[in-house]
Amino acid sequence: MTAALIAPEAPLDRAQVEQSPPRAPRDSRPGRSRRRVGKTLLGALAVVIAVIWVFPVYWMINSALLPKSYLESFTPTFFPVEASLGNFRAAIADGTFFSALGISVGVTLTAVFCCLIFAFLASIAISRFRFRGRTSFVLAVLVVQMLPAEGLFIAQYKMMSTLGLKGSIIGLSLLYIAAIVPFTVWMLRGFVAGVPIELEEAAMVDGLSRTQAFLRITFPLLAPGLVASGVYAFLQCWNEFTIALVLMDQSSETLPLWLRGFVQQSSTRAIDWGQVMAASALVAVPVIAFFLIVQGRLTSGLVSGAVKG
Amino acid sequence: MTSTLQRTPRAAITRTAATNRRRKAFAPYMFLIPAIGILLFGLGYPVIWQVVTSFQKYGAMQQLGGQAPPFVGLDNYIAVATSPEFWGVAIRSIVFCVVTAAITLVIGMLLALLMTAIGKASRLTLQIGLLLAWAMPVVAATTVWIWLFDRRRGAVNYLLDLIPGVDMNRFDWLGTPSTFFIVASVIIIWMSVPFVAFSAYAALTQVSEEVLEAAALDGAAGWQRFRSIIFPTIRPVIAIVLLLQLIWDLRVFTQITILQDAGSRSADFDLLGTYIYKSGVAGLDFGQGSAMALFVLALTIALSWFYIRSLLKEDKQS
Repeated sequence: MTAALIAPEAPLDRAQVEQSPPRAPRDSRPGRSRRRVGKTLLGALAVVIAVIWVFPVYWMINSALLPKSYLESFTPTFFPVEASLGNFRAAIADGTFFSALGISVGVTLTAVFCCLIFAFLASIAISRFRFRGRTSFVLAVLVVQMLPAEGLFIAQYKMMSTLGLKGSIIGLSLLYIAAIVPFTVWMLRGFVAGVPIELEEAAMVDGLSRTQAFLRITFPLLAPGLVASGVYAFLQCWNEFTIALVLMDQSSETLPLWLRGFVQQSSTRAIDWGQVMAASALVAVPVIAFFLIVQGRLTSGLVSGAVKG
Repeated sequence: MTSTLQRTPRAAITRTAATNRRRKAFAPYMFLIPAIGILLFGLGYPVIWQVVTSFQKYGAMQQLGGQAPPFVGLDNYIAVATSPEFWGVAIRSIVFCVVTAAITLVIGMLLALLMTAIGKASRLTLQIGLLLAWAMPVVAATTVWIWLFDRRRGAVNYLLDLIPGVDMNRFDWLGTPSTFFIVASVIIIWMSVPFVAFSAYAALTQVSEEVLEAAALDGAAGWQRFRSIIFPTIRPVIAIVLLLQLIWDLRVFTQITILQDAGSRSADFDLLGTYIYKSGVAGLDFGQGSAMALFVLALTIALSWFYIRSLLKEDKQS
C-alpha cells in the first residue's frame, strides 16, 4: 500500500519530493507491534505529501517576500531571508487592486447569498416531495451542470449588453448564481435527504406543525451542509475567470482578471516575479484565511453529510 | 430514502385532506421557482440563442455592420466537421480530459485511504495541506506554477537539474505542446485532488467498522476487504466525483488561457475551450463558435450519460 501510494505521486512532483524531508526509514526494528510501525510510516508519508501539496502555496509567499536581487539569481532561495513587503507595495501601487477587490467582494457576496437561498429551497423540493416533473428537474440540474461555459459566453455577453448589465456587479452576479445553483442543489439534496423524515414526523406527532418541525428539527441539522455549500459557492465566485473575462471591462475587473494582467505583461517586458507572486498572494490569502477559519466545520460538514446521506 | 410525502404523517391526517393535498401539490413548485427562474435566465436562454445562432451566418458583418444574420442551414456544422485543425483540438481535449481525470481520481482515492489509516495529527496535517491547495484561486495557482516552471529561474528546473545525469537547465516547459499540457495537467491535478480526497474520505467514514472487523477476523486480506466491502460502499460517491472531474477537465479554460499568456498562443496549444473562444469571440464568428460549442455540449453529455443515468437511479432509490 505504501508503495502504491508513492507511485502516482512520483512523476507528478518529482522535483518537489527532492527537497521535502526524508521519508521515515522503512527498516524499522521488528518486535514492536507491526501495525503501530506501519501506522507511523503512513503518518510520515502523509506529512510528506502534505508538504508537497503545500509547496506551491509556500513558494508564492516566499517569492512575494524576497527582494528582487534574490529572485533574479539562478539559484532559488528557499527561505524568505531579508523578507520585505516591497513587492506587495509595488503590486498595489497603482490603486487598481482596491477597485478590483471591491468588485470581487460585491459580486461574491451577492451571488453566494442568493445561490444558497435558491438552492436550499430547490433541494427541499426535490428531497422532501414527490411531484410531477421532479425527475425532469433533477435531470435538468445534472445536464445544466455540464453546459460548457465557453459555449455560452457569446450569448451571455450579447444578453447582458442588451440589458445594459455588462460590466456591472448585478449582471455578473446573476450569471454566477445560474452557474453555481445546479451543483449547490445537488450537494444540499444529499444533506436534506440525510436528515431522516422520521425525526420531523416524531416532532409533528408531538404537536409541532410541519413548518415548525422543519425549522426546529431539520434546519439545525442542515447547518453543516449549508456551510459546506456556502464555502463551495464562495470559492467558485471568488475564483471565477471565464465569465468575468467576457463580461467585465478594464474599469470593472475582478481580482482574477487583475491578477492575469501581470502575467500578460510578460509578453512585452521582463516579468517581475516578486511582484506577480505578491499580487497572487493578495488574491489568495483572503480565501486561505477564510478556509482555515471554517476548516473544521467544512470537513465535518462534508463528512457528516455523507455519513447521513 | 423514505422522505416521501405519500406517507403522510399521522398527525396531519386530522386536517382536512383536501387542503393538505392542494398544499402538497403547490409547495414543491413554489420552492423551485427561484432556481428555475435563474437557470432559465442565465443558462436556458443562452443555450437557445446558441442553437439558433449555430444555423446562422453570424460573422463580423452581422456583429459590427448591423446586418441581420441570415440562416445558412448546416453550413457552420459542415465547416467545423471538415476542419482537421478542429478535430486535432477535439481529440487532444478528450485525451487530456480522460487522462487528467483518471490520475486525479486515483491519487485522490489513495489519499483518502491514507487518511483513514493514520493518526489524528498526521491526518490533520494532510487535510490542511490539501485545503490550502484547494483554497488557491485558479488564476493565482496558475501564475505560481508558471513561476515554478519558469525556464531560467524556476524551482522545478533547478531541482531537476540537481539530479545527476538530468540536464533540465533552461528547459522550456511551455514551449512545446507536449510539455505544455503536462504542466497544465499537473496544475489541474494539484487543484482537483483535494476535492476528490475529501469526498472519498467522507464516503470511507461510512464504511461500517464492525463489518470490516468481522471480515478481518474471517481472514479477508486488505485488498479483499477493499474490493468487497469498502469499494461497494463508496462507489456512488466515486461515480459522482469522476463525473464532475470529467466535466470540469473537458472545459478547462482559465489554466490554458493564462499558460498561453506566458507561452504561445498558437492553435497547437489549444484545447476546445480556448479554441472556441478564439474562433468565436476573437475571430468574430459567432455561428461557427456556436456550432463548436454545441459539439462540446453533446460530447460532455455523451461522455457522462452513463453516470447521469446511474445518478438518476440513485436519486429514485433515495
